[in-house]
Amino acid sequence: MDNAKRTSLLAAAKRIRLGILEGVHAAASGHPGGSLSIADLMAYLYKEELNVRPEDHKWADRDRFVLSKGHTAPALYATLAECGFIPREDIKTLRKVDSYLQGHPDMKHTPGVDMSSGSLGLGISAACGMALAGKIDKKDYRVYTIVGDGESEEGQVWEAAMFASHYKLDNLCVVLDLNGLQIDGPIAEVMNPAPHDEKFRAFGFHVIVIDGHNFDEIEAAFAEAKTVKGKPTAIIAKTIKGKGVSFMENQVGWHGKAPSDEQYEAAVAELNA
Amino acid sequence: MEKKATRESYGAALAELGEKYDFVVLDADLAEATKTCMFKKKFPERFFDCGIAEGNMMCVAAGIASTGKPVFASTFAIFASGRAHEQVRNEIGYPHLNVKIGATHGGITVGEDGATHQSNEDFALMRTIPGMTVMCPADAVEARAMVEASLLMDGPVYMRFGRFACPIFNGEDYKFEIGKGAVLADGTDVTLVANGYMVHLAMEAREMLAKDGISAAVINMHTIKPLDTEVVVAYAKKTGAFVTAEEHSIIGGLGAAVAEAVSESCPAVVRRVGIEDKFGKSGTVPALLEEYGLTAQHIYEEAKKAVALKK
Repeated sequence: MDNAKRTSLLAAAKRIRLGILEGVHAAASGHPGGSLSIADLMAYLYKEELNVRPEDHKWADRDRFVLSKGHTAPALYATLAECGFIPREDIKTLRKVDSYLQGHPDMKHTPGVDMSSGSLGLGISAACGMALAGKIDKKDYRVYTIVGDGESEEGQVWEAAMFASHYKLDNLCVVLDLNGLQIDGPIAEVMNPAPHDEKFRAFGFHVIVIDGHNFDEIEAAFAEAKTVKGKPTAIIAKTIKGKGVSFMENQVGWHGKAPSDEQYEAAVAELNA
Repeated sequence: MEKKATRESYGAALAELGEKYDFVVLDADLAEATKTCMFKKKFPERFFDCGIAEGNMMCVAAGIASTGKPVFASTFAIFASGRAHEQVRNEIGYPHLNVKIGATHGGITVGEDGATHQSNEDFALMRTIPGMTVMCPADAVEARAMVEASLLMDGPVYMRFGRFACPIFNGEDYKFEIGKGAVLADGTDVTLVANGYMVHLAMEAREMLAKDGISAAVINMHTIKPLDTEVVVAYAKKTGAFVTAEEHSIIGGLGAAVAEAVSESCPAVVRRVGIEDKFGKSGTVPALLEEYGLTAQHIYEEAKKAVALKK
């Protein structure tokens, strides 16, 4: 990846992180930890990977994106704002009673949201449906979904994995956000879903393991996924929950808590430093 | 009178309509039983078996529908409305997607399979999902018409079909309209409101009542939601008493919907024939209908009580 592209992606990811914090702080609730962990993935997806049109967000041939771990909606909204789907200033209306930016993604009212999600384990199945529809209609759009590592404790994730493999959905790319933490603690202690790579492989996926904060690895993984034929791809992205805000990093307590005014200012200062 | 299970009509309708409309059919390893196999045979490229994974199937249906293609998703009523309830609520109901749920083997007439497979709660479960249309046809003619009407309307639909063959009383000229109760017979003393398998039994009860000098109206309320409150209120004014009859728990289904409507607009006696607050069990269909109080005789007896109560 050339330096200009990397610089541009780093800047986009920073603005997405700032948007996440702004939304969650304004709402005084929400999920910063898992939003920050996917900020780099979201930046790459929307800036480089997805074939979408902000000015024509319902374009029939667009690539689809489903945020299966829907509680990290702040990351999606900040990304949609970054790409011009929604006005940047609307981020601060997150979770407010008269806002269209719901606590979890709502496809009916938010431009750029391809599927309502948030009840864990459901979004990946919907992504399978979109991918299947693309196959039926012989369209060449691709479908991307980000699934949480804690979410992978839901049995339906594996029903979906079985389905994707059975119907050879090579137009489907599942990204697993392996940040290692869930509400009650480390995933390895709460209910260990590991090893994700072997599980997805056993279900018939092409598996790529990457550092989810390294743009070179992210780029290479999405490029590789597009070359895979006859099977879906799972990108296991090792990430850091709370990435970018030092006092939130790897802290289970920042799963679903908003920063205070002081904490917000400190986080913004750190990101802008 | 010729008899046919409404699920047979469902499968035949899908196969017939597949020539005219572009839609996809999903099933969860029950295609032979739900009769979606009839569509599968004719349009294998548009049929997808999801295996025994109903929750995934409902969300796959949502994903397909999100691209603009209508989907029929089929399994037994107990799994469609129960196992996959939250998937239907959050991924189909909340985004108001064009998914038509074809739920077969509803009610106690599942018979020998017993309580685990007898869905006596599906109307209640589906009726509480905002924007969900909930229907149950009374015979094979109505079932066919209902399937096409569901495809032509925008939004999620739950249709319950039966396993057990029931009499075909509607003529081929029958005009079906979603949300519009079909008045099969007029009357002045009591109104029998039924759906599904209970409709023809309500007609039998009407004849029994006539012998006692009681004039009963019969309404086939094929659409539980949105309920035809107009016809309900009109008959509340006209007859002042109702007996509802459904192959469903007396809690939350047609009886509850009718009681809600009349209590708010035109209070009247409402007695409910349905499954009391208990589970089903194994047995032949006639034995179960008798034991759980789902016969013309039960409707007749409740109608007598309703007429007595309004005086």
